[in-house]
Amino acid sequence: MSSRPDERLQAERARGGPHAAQTEEVSSPNAPLQGVALERELVEAPDREFTVAARSQWSMVVRRFLRHKLAVVSLAVFVAVVLLAFVGGALWHYSYQQYTNDYSVGPSLKHPFGTDSSSFDTFAQVLRGTQRSLEIALFVAIVATAVGTVYGAIAGYFRGTSDSVMMRIVDLFLTFPTIAVAAILGDQLGPKANGWLWIAMVLAALIWPYVSRVVRGVTLSIREKEYIEASRALGASNSRIIARHVVPNVIGPVIVTITILVAQAILAETALSFVGFGVKAPDTSLGLLVSVNQTAVQTRPWLFYFPGFFIIVIALSINFIGDGLRDALDPTQTRVRA
Amino acid sequence: MLAYAIRRLLISIPIILISTFIVFLLVTYSGDPLANLRTKQPIPPPQVFAKYRHQFRLDQPVLERYWHWITGVVHGDFGPSVEGGGTLNIGHELGHRLIVSARLVIAAMIIAALLAIVVGVISAMKQYSIPDYAFTFTGFLFLSMPVFWFAVLLKEAAIWLNVHAGTSLKTIGDTSPIVAPGTWAHFTDAVNHLVLPTIALAMTSYAAWSRFNRASMLEVLNSDYIRLARAKGLSRQRVLVRHALRTALIPFVTVTALDMAAILGATIITETVFQWRGMGTFLLDGIRNLDVYVVLAWLLVAALIVIVFNLIADLLYGVLDPRIRYE
Repeated sequence: MSSRPDERLQAERARGGPHAAQTEEVSSPNAPLQGVALERELVEAPDREFTVAARSQWSMVVRRFLRHKLAVVSLAVFVAVVLLAFVGGALWHYSYQQYTNDYSVGPSLKHPFGTDSSSFDTFAQVLRGTQRSLEIALFVAIVATAVGTVYGAIAGYFRGTSDSVMMRIVDLFLTFPTIAVAAILGDQLGPKANGWLWIAMVLAALIWPYVSRVVRGVTLSIREKEYIEASRALGASNSRIIARHVVPNVIGPVIVTITILVAQAILAETALSFVGFGVKAPDTSLGLLVSVNQTAVQTRPWLFYFPGFFIIVIALSINFIGDGLRDALDPTQTRVRA
Repeated sequence: MLAYAIRRLLISIPIILISTFIVFLLVTYSGDPLANLRTKQPIPPPQVFAKYRHQFRLDQPVLERYWHWITGVVHGDFGPSVEGGGTLNIGHELGHRLIVSARLVIAAMIIAALLAIVVGVISAMKQYSIPDYAFTFTGFLFLSMPVFWFAVLLKEAAIWLNVHAGTSLKTIGDTSPIVAPGTWAHFTDAVNHLVLPTIALAMTSYAAWSRFNRASMLEVLNSDYIRLARAKGLSRQRVLVRHALRTALIPFVTVTALDMAAILGATIITETVFQWRGMGTFLLDGIRNLDVYVVLAWLLVAALIVIVFNLIADLLYGVLDPRIRYE
């Protein structure tokens, strides 16, 4: 067989990765985007000769990202949600587990999101749930990126038997639905209360294989590049080549992948809590709030809509940020000229 | 081609064995199936514990237990269930629930795929137009919306419609128990129950798939051979259908297969909201009751479905894409 379809798919998915920039034979390995930048400078040179300084890779990325209006707005919304959850949550005069003596009242100045039948302040509960979602997102992002990148880079770089064995292990992970495995592990092995860290660990353990597949796909193309050959000719060790040349060049596709996966991890946690295998009372999560209040849609709609709205805002802003990063990190795209 | 399919199937056998073994260890060490019995008041006599320990093979070493289980599965015996004091036949129940869930999954996948193809093609052909932006935004919205929230919303909308517009959409259960099976009424009843969960499940897959189809279609439309086809005077429609669409849809086949595990996951949630007695709720009840062999049976079936779908996708890929040859 010539090439496995899923490998070709990964290569396609990973397009927009640094390997797509092939304007110069041996460009600076850590800054493949500069190849395009140089080319563009040359084309545009007559207009502003000597007036423009060469741009670094990351300033290019930032400039491109800032042109993506929706992504910039989403970043602002995301930062606002983070501040609201952590700063606002600390300052707000009700705690998520404090009885307020207002039973099932609608939104007001005192209770912006109303209260439930136990007199808990929904705003405080939503902020608490948002904190949980964000903490899980951060944990999953860091752990899954670190493990997945190193694992995928090693597999793709060395190829051969170790690659097949490592990828078959990844296949094992991908055989089972995340929600199902997380429900089994989250419910039975985890501590019964305050288990958000445990859920984050389980989700990270189930999500890194996706990262490693992307990284492997990109690594397979990077390892054939001339600068890797040059580096090896100069006597660099394998670990040095992976650390200095492979990992920095897969960062682009990894960032894009991980934003999407983190959004999915947040949704997975809310789904787990919704079916009762995630965060449990006395702690709370956005999914748990929706679950508890799903019968109150018509009678006390604020209990149902606000937590759901926050889940959507968090996931949507992360997805749009990921979309903006995809455009910003893709040197072949021409829509937004930086 | 056939040799390749057979080889792939043979490779799948050790994968299934290893994954079931890992899952077996995981489930075995993750909980005590007798925990619910221990908290009973008054505490049952030791003989009861001994009986259950024997019935659930807890008196055997783990390796032996796994061997018993996997050889049993080959013969159609999925092991004892906690349910009904150990009288529930897991294989029988699984078969019934598999049919119930298959209805939902297949209907949702077909609708999601068709919708994703249509929307992806329109978005790609009219890139950066108002419809493209609208589709992109709704795509991202559904990508970011928890399926349970959307499902509850759908349920409420259906109830409102039933009250105000005189429709009779079913919002709970997979079928009505009073309708006799095998009749036309039973069929329409099942379809009616299917409507809302199918929409809920389809939208989650549709979101990602339409994005993928748009990107893949765009890449094809900007390629040289499409420009050539247009240049030699072929009509827009012919270029689209004969040249662009086929190439663009090839990778989509793989995406649907790769998403199979995620769809099964979303099915669990959808079935919970609509209170279906399908595979999803079977698993969740199994976890709640610490019903080890139910959980194991579920994971085995899920893994088999995912592996078979990936195999079919790979083979289809070979049929659709002449560049791929399987020896």
